[in-house]
Amino acid sequence: MIALPALVLLPATGGAIAWLSDRGPEARHRPWWVAITTIVLQTLLLFYVTCAADWGHGPWLAHFSAPWVPALGIAARMDMDGLSLVMLWLTTILSFPCVILSARDVGERPGLFHLLLLATIAGIDGVFLATDLFLFFFFWELMLVPMYVLILQWGHEDRRRAAIKFFLFTQGGGLLMLVAILGLVILHQHATGIVTFDYFALADTPLMPTAAMVLMLGFFAAFAVKLPVVPLHVWLPDTHTQAPTAGSVLLAGILLKTGGYGLIRFVVLLFPDAASRFTPVALAMGAAGILYGAWLSLAQDDIKRLIAYSSVSHLGFVLLGVFSGSPMGMRGAVVQMVAHGLSTGALFIIAGSLQDRLHTRDMRRMGGLWQALPHLSSVGLFFAIASLGLPGMGNFVGEFLVLLATWRISPPIAALGAAGLVLSAVYSLTMVGRAFFGPPHAGEGADHAPPADFGARHMAVLGLTMALLLVLGTYPQPVLNLSLPATPLAMPEMEAPQP
Amino acid sequence: MDALLLPLIVACPLLAAGVLFLSAGRMPPLPSCVIGAGSVGLSALMAVVLAIGFLQTPPPTGALHATLWSWMQVEGFSARIAFMLDPLSLVMMLVVTGVGFLILLYACGYMHDDPDIARFFGCMTLFVAAMLVLVFSSDLLSLYIGWEGVGICSYLLIGFWHTDTANVTAARKAFIVTRIGDAAMLCGLLLLATRAGTLDVASVLQTVTTRPADLQAAIAAFLLLGGAVAKSAQVPLQTWLPDAMAGPTPVSALIHAATMVTAGVYLIARLHPLFASIPVAMTAVALIGLITLLLAAGSALVQTDIKRILAYSTMSQIGYMFLALGTGAWQAAIFHLVTHAFFKALLFMAAGAIILRVHHRQDIYQMGGLAHAMPGVFAAFLAGSAALAGLPLLTAGFYSKEMILQGAWHADPMLWAGALLGAFATAIYIFRCVFIVFFGPRHTEPHGRTGAIMAIPLVCLAVLALTGGWMEMPDAIAPVHLLSNLLSPLFGAPMPEGPHWLLWAGSLVPLAGIGVAWMLWQPRTGTRTPPENALARLARAGWDFDTLYDVLIVRPFTTLGQLNQTDICDRLSDATAATARAGGRVFGRMQSGQVRRYAGWIAAGTVVALCLGVRP
Repeated sequence: MIALPALVLLPATGGAIAWLSDRGPEARHRPWWVAITTIVLQTLLLFYVTCAADWGHGPWLAHFSAPWVPALGIAARMDMDGLSLVMLWLTTILSFPCVILSARDVGERPGLFHLLLLATIAGIDGVFLATDLFLFFFFWELMLVPMYVLILQWGHEDRRRAAIKFFLFTQGGGLLMLVAILGLVILHQHATGIVTFDYFALADTPLMPTAAMVLMLGFFAAFAVKLPVVPLHVWLPDTHTQAPTAGSVLLAGILLKTGGYGLIRFVVLLFPDAASRFTPVALAMGAAGILYGAWLSLAQDDIKRLIAYSSVSHLGFVLLGVFSGSPMGMRGAVVQMVAHGLSTGALFIIAGSLQDRLHTRDMRRMGGLWQALPHLSSVGLFFAIASLGLPGMGNFVGEFLVLLATWRISPPIAALGAAGLVLSAVYSLTMVGRAFFGPPHAGEGADHAPPADFGARHMAVLGLTMALLLVLGTYPQPVLNLSLPATPLAMPEMEAPQP
Repeated sequence: MDALLLPLIVACPLLAAGVLFLSAGRMPPLPSCVIGAGSVGLSALMAVVLAIGFLQTPPPTGALHATLWSWMQVEGFSARIAFMLDPLSLVMMLVVTGVGFLILLYACGYMHDDPDIARFFGCMTLFVAAMLVLVFSSDLLSLYIGWEGVGICSYLLIGFWHTDTANVTAARKAFIVTRIGDAAMLCGLLLLATRAGTLDVASVLQTVTTRPADLQAAIAAFLLLGGAVAKSAQVPLQTWLPDAMAGPTPVSALIHAATMVTAGVYLIARLHPLFASIPVAMTAVALIGLITLLLAAGSALVQTDIKRILAYSTMSQIGYMFLALGTGAWQAAIFHLVTHAFFKALLFMAAGAIILRVHHRQDIYQMGGLAHAMPGVFAAFLAGSAALAGLPLLTAGFYSKEMILQGAWHADPMLWAGALLGAFATAIYIFRCVFIVFFGPRHTEPHGRTGAIMAIPLVCLAVLALTGGWMEMPDAIAPVHLLSNLLSPLFGAPMPEGPHWLLWAGSLVPLAGIGVAWMLWQPRTGTRTPPENALARLARAGWDFDTLYDVLIVRPFTTLGQLNQTDICDRLSDATAATARAGGRVFGRMQSGQVRRYAGWIAAGTVVALCLGVRP
């Protein structure tokens, strides 16, 4: 299906047009309009892909393949299964708040900003589709570099350090993955005599247990940095805090999910035996992440750091679910990723709006904002409650299924995860209490005009996000049905050879 | 038709909450009241219709079922949003909608000046909806929606006046302490779900009753008990309830007296075959109940804040319900739950009426002599107090407490003695409150009048608090067993009654308690200052559980967190960066730009290379 590469090319092209449109006077909002048009078109395209997909013939829904470097067995191959589709929808949905709410009023060089934003989205879409390991690595890097520039150019006060940290950690992980990819290709060539980067061919590679473990660890390192897994999470709080709001939303909402996606697609499914031997370690890391992230979240004064550490905690559940070794846990992990994307993305928008209005992220200088900003505060309260995993919202479904799957293999780990739910209540309510409730902070209001509350644009987009979270929480079945990844071994032959 | 009414009863307040929240505070007071109280009134009406239908023609299976939709369906587990009406949920439904409607009506008067009244009624109706989900659910996971939903509503309402940091802190504490229990309960649910593959109540209970009781079932029972203990404010997770009085008084009446705090009792009653099959769990429930009822009654004896007296009294009365559950007197526990909802809601609302008229003061020592100024409120409070103390024959509290005492006697006379001691203390503390607030010299001049909209619920509940007990009487007085007969398909036949002197003891002890209260706090010679010895201070502080938890858990946790605010893992990456930078500096120094030094290095390198080359 030619629409699969179009999903990647469309945002890239839109970004280029946005960049070019940034010429001449009166052009301040023109890139923004281009970006909006692009993501609307992207939504329509994705809708078309969803409708035109090959439902009912096995788990893989759409295919695309074109030769790229035939000599090395590299092809531009893309395949979509239910998991990819869910993640693509999450990306597309979250790009709306990114563009509509946070990118409109970017200061200097809006054209370049929108180019980088859309290029990151293109890279993410590619990551969710690529089934050629070389192509996958290409997209993996494509989403990293624009994000690095975004942080470096439009970030906050300590952006240089944060951007470099982000780049080094992600690049370091990526390098290990590249080594593992090459190792896998070489081992496959030794065994079969064919050089190929094709995911499905490589999945058949006969591997010694040690080799499989080493290669799996290479992949795991890249995805564990991205997810992130404690103790490789240290880039995340700095990066999320310093990134511009749109960058934070993109990072927390989608970019981290590429880690979870990679763990499912390239660790558990490519190296099932090694992954199952690695399970005890992964579970321990997951539980440690849940508790450590929540504990540190509690200690923060910076509201964006608090949300960033809460992400570490929430994504610990994803690690638990992925390595629980059962479809139930896998489905739970996917729901958790979607729900976390929506709720944390929205929380970063709120934190960004607070920073725009108050010029601080320090919760010691907030308080009593409900009087001045009732809409913003009530929306913030809603997403904080969603993030603490209230049943009826998406996060609970994910956390429950993950914990249930974990309980089957290790009740103590599941109990630790449940303890994380107590801590998530503590930090969420602490954040709400310190920022929105209490007496108004002294020294405010006297010398400034009261900050402006959320207008219709914000309320509409965030209201839609709330509705999605509620639907996901009360009727998650469509996502649950889609979210089981297709195994590489169940690959049917292509429906028609591509020209 | 009947099965259709079931979701409608929930949908009514839920819809009202949606409308009130979406109005974003622009809804004027009158429509807010009409929507808030009206929707719950409509639910109550439908509940009555449903109840009459249910009683006239009981469904053949003993319960009405309404499965709404499949919530999660994955390999090895499925959960549905499903409602069920059986005798137990019927009783709970009537209490929640009936008492809830009266309290919301009262709140129309109590809150009518508040600028945030729409938000108030939004939270209250959302609470009623969540509570109804809790009592209707026939699937434990869908019950958990209601379980946590009432918790979050309680949080929002305790912290309703959020400009005061103390209220916000109290609200957070309430949610977090109950969340600890919720997490335990979630673990219990995980265990049960792993065993049964579903959390449908009937299936879960079936796996319990068909298999012999094993360790897993016992662990599950204890984990669920943890949830119940936290929600119902029992020792050791009781510390949140007194602080929860920071919320508006209708909130205290509805959530922290009549409905939410009894959810733990409901949960255990709903899963009674599980608990009954594990004797250790039953003993634990009974002991927790007994300890709580005595400790809380002791605290209530020395409180000075009228709402805190009632809060400790609530803990103590729920202790009675736990005692009844632990002794297998299921009917008695539910009976006391019902009568307690009547008289404790009445007491809270009467207290609210007093507080409004004495300039928002809550200290009983600043009141005094109010009987003449507000005879109606006095009568209502007296009716509630009499029912709480369990004045024989006249009041509802007497009959339900008597049933619990009988159950305790059958289980263990020591439990009975403890419960009797608690009844004695109950009569003392509540009549201490009555004598100090309504008699003696006046310390604060009351103002205004209690409006009709607040008076009507008071009258209704006063009547219920006095007569509501007549639905169930000991055979020695009159053989009326409406409630036991209704509940017996679920719980089995009630226990036989004990000897007659038990009834006499249960009747005389409250009277003796009132007598003691009169001697100590009578208007002329009684003391008018709070006791100030070490024991009284300890009891007033709720036996210092707060300090204990603060020192043992909260402070170490937050202090360590503060110390690690910058994240020790981050130091590792900093260390790597510092090493790289230092290494770069060291090697950078070699690039000094001096040709002589470079030549020296080249020479030294050559010599070393030569040496290595020559050596073999």
